[in-house]
Amino acid sequence: MALTGGADTTARKAKWWFVNAVVVVYALVPVLWIASLSFKTKETINDGNFVPREWTLENYRAIFGTSEFVRALVNSIGIALIATAIAVVLGTMAAYAIARLDFPGKRALVGVSLLIAMFPQVSLVSPLFEMERGLGLFDTWPGLILPYITFALPLAIYTLSAFFREIPWELEKAAKMDGATPAQAFLKVIAPLAAPGVFTTAILVFIFCWNDFLFAISLTSTERSRTVPAALSFFTGSSQFEDPTGTICAAAVVITVPIILFVLFFQRRIVAGLTSGAVKG
Amino acid sequence: MSATATPTAPDESTRRSGRHRLSEGKRAERRLGWLLCAPAAIVMLAVTGWPIIYSVWLSLQRYDLRFPHEREFVGLANYVTVLTSSYWWQAFGVTLLITVVSVAIELVLGMALALVMHWAIVGRGLVRTVTLVPYGIVTVVAAFSWRFAWSQDLGYLARLFSPEGAPLTERASALAIIVLAEVWKTTPFMALLLMAGLALVPGELLRAAAMDGASAWQRFTKVIVPVMKPAILVALLFRTLDAFRVFDNIFVLTAGAQGTSSVSMLTYNNLIKGLNLGVGATMSVLIFIAVAVIAFVFVKGFGTAAPGSDRDGRR
Repeated sequence: MALTGGADTTARKAKWWFVNAVVVVYALVPVLWIASLSFKTKETINDGNFVPREWTLENYRAIFGTSEFVRALVNSIGIALIATAIAVVLGTMAAYAIARLDFPGKRALVGVSLLIAMFPQVSLVSPLFEMERGLGLFDTWPGLILPYITFALPLAIYTLSAFFREIPWELEKAAKMDGATPAQAFLKVIAPLAAPGVFTTAILVFIFCWNDFLFAISLTSTERSRTVPAALSFFTGSSQFEDPTGTICAAAVVITVPIILFVLFFQRRIVAGLTSGAVKG
Repeated sequence: MSATATPTAPDESTRRSGRHRLSEGKRAERRLGWLLCAPAAIVMLAVTGWPIIYSVWLSLQRYDLRFPHEREFVGLANYVTVLTSSYWWQAFGVTLLITVVSVAIELVLGMALALVMHWAIVGRGLVRTVTLVPYGIVTVVAAFSWRFAWSQDLGYLARLFSPEGAPLTERASALAIIVLAEVWKTTPFMALLLMAGLALVPGELLRAAAMDGASAWQRFTKVIVPVMKPAILVALLFRTLDAFRVFDNIFVLTAGAQGTSSVSMLTYNNLIKGLNLGVGATMSVLIFIAVAVIAFVFVKGFGTAAPGSDRDGRR
């Protein structure tokens, strides 16, 4: 390739830029469309124009003025953060054991988490609905946090054990030779090295919890614990006769912002996490 | 990548010594292993294992929350009701159709995207970053974007492609839009899984094939695809099971109208709208069985090595 002429590489580059442009359009058009709708005024929202003819922040003002949305946003953030924290802690412990320790039952645990990764969530909706009503967990934060942790754990365990295998374990051995117990070796030596992998896993798990709709809509019934994706489907507009399109779009943009920020700042980590956890050759 | 480094010496020695009397250190290691895994294992089993058993129990009862006093054991009557219902089979057919069509399209698009992300000579970071947007975005948000794009008057796509009709209210076009929404959202995930497989294709092999005069297409079908086969199968397995659960997009796009309900949608409607726990649980069990059959076909039929089992096999 080094021998080919300058014109040739320019042409090749131009071809790749064209391909890149196609990918960018593919990925961003639906996002830009909903953002565009959210900035349109009530009068122009039905004009079908991709770019708003008149810009307004009215829709954002409207959603932040309703407890319906603000409460849902608080629920979404709280539930996703708590579920992520717990799933990552439990997942880190299990992944460390799977990656480093030898104990009977390890294969069973890997097998079970694989099964759960493939589990049809809707199969749990009926029994969880009934059980949570009996236990008083229905329409509460823990009622959603529990299933989120469960379905996030396989993802966390796979991603983390893949990261943990990359860590230079001689350091752990050295620490043990210096008299550290396995637990000390874990906390003092390995945990700091594992931090980037843990952080990446936390992002992936957060995205998963943030995204859920089926549990959110089946296991909640009021504003008390309804998250934004579920609340969106109940939006009716600030008055009964108002078309909710603009407010739905504004709320949709608000919950898309954190995802865009993650992707912009942690692209490399997310790609590494997804590719290392899911497929190992 | 790291898996090749896994069967290290300590692993082998620990396994052998495990047969003999355990030393104090070994026992401490076992205890720590169990202790570290216990919380995760307990949560996973408590939230999936017990409910699925409970679901089987519920499915054998007549249990309608509107008439809670008529709760009684009815054996397999609910299964007969569901399996002779045309709604169930229609939803089952729709789910299979959406699954097969969207996964097939995703495989082709995902492979193309993986090749772009892997070999782009310019703007690789840009492509990878924007690719993550569909992956990360909340499915419901994307579904609303498609719904508003295809709504009469409101949407730019509806104006462009069907200025007269309302595409979301006709069955064929509504199903096509559901597939479009699924494909858009999940192709990047497929592409990332395939890209991981692509990274395993040795560069020398491709150069050697090129020197022997293999065309780009031949290199793709004769070298890249065979080497990537395990990654492709895993990606297909995960996406097929995921597509079979399709719910969010249908809920937002059509709410299951015009015969576009998937099995998940039907279960949700029976449970939350109909409050019929017995029938809802029956559908839950049937979906569970269907998913188990799909996984079994992939693992036994195509020899898909699930990531966990593969890794374990090497230890």
